[in-house]
Amino acid sequence: MAAVANSIFTPATAARFDKLATIYPLKRSALVPMLLYAQDEVGYVSDEVVAELAVRLDLLELDVRGVLSYYSMLRTVPAGKYNVQVCTNISCMLRGGFELLDHCKHKLGIGHKGVTADGLFSLEEVECIGACCWAPAVQVNYDFHENLTPAKMDAVLADYAAGKGKNEPPSPSIGSAAPEAK
Amino acid sequence: MPTLVSHPDEVKVISRRFGMGAKDIEKYIELDGYKAVQQGIEQGPAWIVDTMKASGLRGRGGAGFPTGMKWSFVPKVSEKPKYVLVNGDESEPGTCKDHVIFLEDPHAVIEGTMIAGLAIGAKMGFIYLRGEYRYLLNIVEKAVAEAYAKGFLGKNIFGKEGVDFDIITQTGAGAYEVGEESALMESLEGKRGVPRIKPPFPAVVGLYGGPTVINNAETIANAPHILLMGGEAYAKLGTERNGGTRLFGISGHVNKPGVYELPMGYSLRDAIYKVAGGIPGGKALKAVVPGGASCPVLKADEIDVGLDFDQMAKAGTMLGSGGIVVLDETVSIVEFALRTIRFYQHESCGWCIPCREGTDWLKKTLTRFHAGGGNKKDIDNIQYLAENMMGRTFCPLGDAAAMPTLGFIKKFRGEFEEYLAGARVENPLIQITTIGETELAAH
Repeated sequence: MAAVANSIFTPATAARFDKLATIYPLKRSALVPMLLYAQDEVGYVSDEVVAELAVRLDLLELDVRGVLSYYSMLRTVPAGKYNVQVCTNISCMLRGGFELLDHCKHKLGIGHKGVTADGLFSLEEVECIGACCWAPAVQVNYDFHENLTPAKMDAVLADYAAGKGKNEPPSPSIGSAAPEAK
Repeated sequence: MPTLVSHPDEVKVISRRFGMGAKDIEKYIELDGYKAVQQGIEQGPAWIVDTMKASGLRGRGGAGFPTGMKWSFVPKVSEKPKYVLVNGDESEPGTCKDHVIFLEDPHAVIEGTMIAGLAIGAKMGFIYLRGEYRYLLNIVEKAVAEAYAKGFLGKNIFGKEGVDFDIITQTGAGAYEVGEESALMESLEGKRGVPRIKPPFPAVVGLYGGPTVINNAETIANAPHILLMGGEAYAKLGTERNGGTRLFGISGHVNKPGVYELPMGYSLRDAIYKVAGGIPGGKALKAVVPGGASCPVLKADEIDVGLDFDQMAKAGTMLGSGGIVVLDETVSIVEFALRTIRFYQHESCGWCIPCREGTDWLKKTLTRFHAGGGNKKDIDNIQYLAENMMGRTFCPLGDAAAMPTLGFIKKFRGEFEEYLAGARVENPLIQITTIGETELAAH
């Protein structure tokens, strides 16, 4: 039986969340990944998401919000369909990270944390994403793009705009690899 | 996709299976996979710990604590369950080695987790990856599922009655601080990633209050190799008290950036000029950040040093996470210091006041200084602030911000003074155009 009646999530995600809440020694452990997976589906962590996760994990909404506000990948307002995250940390900076960020700003006509009018792209300057040896690097949603130049960045953006960008499945097989409920 | 690189000076232990399709379990088994853990089951915990101690393996996350010793600190008998925790929250700027391990050899991480579990008597392990590494999480989850399907994980693993081991994979959601061991445990318990005070150390009171071994992903992935080749053989690859090899991520101004596996004690100069192909355009070297952003900078004339924990400490810096960031002569240290401190200010979790306020004032001062509004006292103030952050926080993030700052100020003081007098580099790296983000303009 579903853990939550009238879940706001798709049946597949709701079922995964049901399971995710059972695999840890402590239910609350599922909170951080759940927030991220919920954001993947809804686009951001809405009030409804906060409310449902609180119910699912026997927490106060306040507890959920306290955790939500800590992690930089979690957002409470929608981003663009493709969230372009440009790293400007040291390794990327040395190889043109700021140039790339500036190029994206002009190309998309938006600044840090801005969203284009059509909702297709949003832009973020991010801290190190762990692709230092392939700098400068950008993450579009969860996809890495490496060894970029402004020209290559244009091609990446054009691919996404045309619906041809590489795209990892937004939600992994949550809990599929985990042990059975205890 | 990260490009794999190779150099004849490499000694491949942990990277032995890179590029060979070992993320597939059949291929991994063909390449001696899951042999070490079965040997561990046969020989028992004491043998595993002794072998790890003999290997001289030291933590690859940055602190360099001897792994075998860490495992031996876990009490044999515990009322609460024990856990193994794999730290894959790789976030130190300049570091991308675990990225490659998860991508190329995820089963080595899984097998290493099981070995650590056997050594300390844990029946459950967690592999925690940073939230940005979603595609790597997918790879690791698939690998874990394959191991379950083979009966290598779960109840009675490898058909051995009473030997159980489960692995849960977990993702963060964006936080450098969570790479600190106690903050990672908080995050894994569904809380804000703030550090815990120590003692008690995780080996006694860790995850869910149980004794916990927490190791960096590279450290853990070394365990199967060490059991197979023997502790002494592994130790011999490196230098005294610095056993084996490690992955070095060489980035910045080099011709062939990449993740290379070099023996401990390998020359930093050779790593830059031979292995990574030297500096593009024949430019001169200005400085090297030798082990991730938190390590004090080395000047061009300080690179004749061996890459191991002790030699780097003697040189006044740290081996850290093995992320070597190379700066050529065109880089402004003022800009580089500002970008470094902006990172730590952004990532300070705010729990301890010296770090929260210290990083903020450092950023504010450096931002103003960089913008041309500096005054003479700023240079001393920056040093004073950083010195007063050292050792005054629960976790090392405060130190991680202060140490590089002190390095920049002490070693390149002249450059700060020239900057104050109006000197600028030809091509500044930091460009900030603000579009519709007035509230962030000061950022």
